[in-house]
Amino acid sequence: MSELPPATRARRPLPTFQASAKQALANTQLRRNLYKATHTIRAKRGQVVDEMPDWQKLREAGRALKERSLRHLDTYLLELEDSVQRAGGQVHWARDAREANAIVTQIVHEHGAREVIKVKSLTTDEIKLNQALAARGIEAIETDLAELIIQMAGESSSHILVPAIHKNRSEIRELFMRTLNIDNLTDEPRELTNAARAHLRRKFLSTRVAISGVNFAVAETGTVCVVESEGNGRMCVTLPRVLISVMGIEKVIPTWQDLEVFLQLLPRSSTGERMNPYTSLWTGVSEGDGPQEFHLVLLDNGRTRVLADTIGRQTLNCIRCSACLNICPVYERTGGHAYSSVYPGPIGAILTPQLLGIEKASSLPYASTLCGACYDVCPVKINIPEVLIYLRGRIVRQKQDHHQLRARMDPENVAMKLMARTFESRQRYEQAQKLAQFGQLPFKHGGVIDALPGPLASWTALRDLQPVPKQSFRDWWRSRKLPQEAQQEVDS
Amino acid sequence: MNTGSTAREEMLHRIHTALRDVPAEEQPQDVMVMRDYRRSDATAQQDEVVERFVERVAEYKVTVRRIEEASLPETIATTCAARALRRLVIPTDLPESWLPSGVELLQDNNTLTSLSYEQLDTSDGVLTGCALGIAQTGTIVLDGDAYQGRRVITLLPDYHLCVVFEDQIVDLVPEAIERLSDAVLRQRRPITFISGPSATSDIELSRVEGVHGPRTLDVLVVRNSRSYTP
Repeated sequence: MSELPPATRARRPLPTFQASAKQALANTQLRRNLYKATHTIRAKRGQVVDEMPDWQKLREAGRALKERSLRHLDTYLLELEDSVQRAGGQVHWARDAREANAIVTQIVHEHGAREVIKVKSLTTDEIKLNQALAARGIEAIETDLAELIIQMAGESSSHILVPAIHKNRSEIRELFMRTLNIDNLTDEPRELTNAARAHLRRKFLSTRVAISGVNFAVAETGTVCVVESEGNGRMCVTLPRVLISVMGIEKVIPTWQDLEVFLQLLPRSSTGERMNPYTSLWTGVSEGDGPQEFHLVLLDNGRTRVLADTIGRQTLNCIRCSACLNICPVYERTGGHAYSSVYPGPIGAILTPQLLGIEKASSLPYASTLCGACYDVCPVKINIPEVLIYLRGRIVRQKQDHHQLRARMDPENVAMKLMARTFESRQRYEQAQKLAQFGQLPFKHGGVIDALPGPLASWTALRDLQPVPKQSFRDWWRSRKLPQEAQQEVDS
Repeated sequence: MNTGSTAREEMLHRIHTALRDVPAEEQPQDVMVMRDYRRSDATAQQDEVVERFVERVAEYKVTVRRIEEASLPETIATTCAARALRRLVIPTDLPESWLPSGVELLQDNNTLTSLSYEQLDTSDGVLTGCALGIAQTGTIVLDGDAYQGRRVITLLPDYHLCVVFEDQIVDLVPEAIERLSDAVLRQRRPITFISGPSATSDIELSRVEGVHGPRTLDVLVVRNSRSYTP
């Protein structure tokens, strides 16, 4: 993949998933929270998807619309730029995180604001916008309840949809009492929510600049869409004088009509609701209603690299619903932090390595059992297992290219080579079967292989292996009586 | 901005390079999109659709009532009394007959210099109409047109009483998007979809209704003979 543009910035590789996952697995409270969360949302999603007789047709339409947008991305971005400008908005282009942060910071600075309010946005987490603003002395206030909680706690998100799912109510109560200077507060979620409402209301009414992400941006009309539940999104896109929205370039959709597909797919896949409480759609600036200055920042930050890969490209279909997280047997146990990225779960396992460069996150494509449940639930039909296997292949080939000698000596590589040669010829295959029939004897107990030696022991430590049978299919086929022989026996 | 145009050119160039597998003559419409999902249901009776709307709005823990047009003023008045509203925000174009007596009315004339955020925040509620309702999802759509006012008046008050006429209710999401296309394509109106009061499940996934928007939403579904849709 040498023809691809290089990673935008040199970065150290992420910690390996396997190491981070071990830590997460040891936390039993986290595992309980995760189990409850993933299974609850999973069940709700199942119900509202099952009531849709045309769900598969909607999925296919969603996929096709994304394919159309991506295959003609330059056309649609230019159309979007034009539409937004005609509606009174300003459009900015940012090649990478640094450039996007500089643009946003500059706009905030020009308005002399020391504080900005923010709608939950994965894209601004990806580019670490809050830190960039802080470096210029601007405080970014997260207004989504979960984002507020983890911002107060100085932690990071563990789930796309419910970022603070790793924290329980008593932890949150303590945090609020400490940070918001409240003396008496119970751990009732309603009371905690009301405390956050009162705290944020003052900010909403007085802050002059807001920053949001974007769920969809319509090229045809310049309409930007933010989908949410709490009303903090509506507050941010309605009350301040200045609104800045940051979107990954893949969020553009061709026409207004196309929203009829995505506004059905997203809420049902995400929160398991027929429709989320609030969806805001605005087209540039409206006289007498809402912000009178609107900026739209178009962000690349590795996305064109994903786009260049014809198999990986489908990753950009993602509408960030998190259905793949909730269904994943791996995510359900490790949680989001193990993925060391703002994009956790199956989608993160394929998106992060492609955005950062595969050498920076080479353990992530292995964070999967390849069971395929993520593909089944994906509302835009991203074939996550296909991309996972493809990325694993790229990782292996890259290792072989980079460390030729060591790679050739690598036991796994040697074993695979041997296997390939064995399967190439009938003779070698049958010889190997014979060898295995005898070779397995010392490890066979009670009809199964339950303890293999050396590096293979980690496989049998958790599961039994079926032994090679005494008679192979080929042996049986050769030894069976042909019809005429059987007939002769009957005659005699 | 010099760096701006450089970034723009370079991003467009990167995209162009990334898409070299796409034939130069391919047009966006060449990528097939099958719209064979439900776009309208010809067999659905309007009364059935309205019933579904009422049912699904109610599932969001919203009080929703079906009434006759003649009893609308009285129902608005009794609802305001039952909710103990003293200061009610109204958009300036609301029909005279809707206005309840015995309540202080705060009229918003749809400009940024009208009611202040402070006035809206300290009011007891807001009364509006809507652009349309969606039965499939129990959604109310506001587009800032007749009887709705600007977005902020339905956001800051803690209570929202919304009047929906039966002929404003469509069955499916695609029908709603279709009906809104003029408001967006020609008028560039800001649009808000409201499905129940705001809610969060961020703390241990237990659902709390009412976070930042109006914590209570009441809906009156009115059987109407003449159309209120402008």
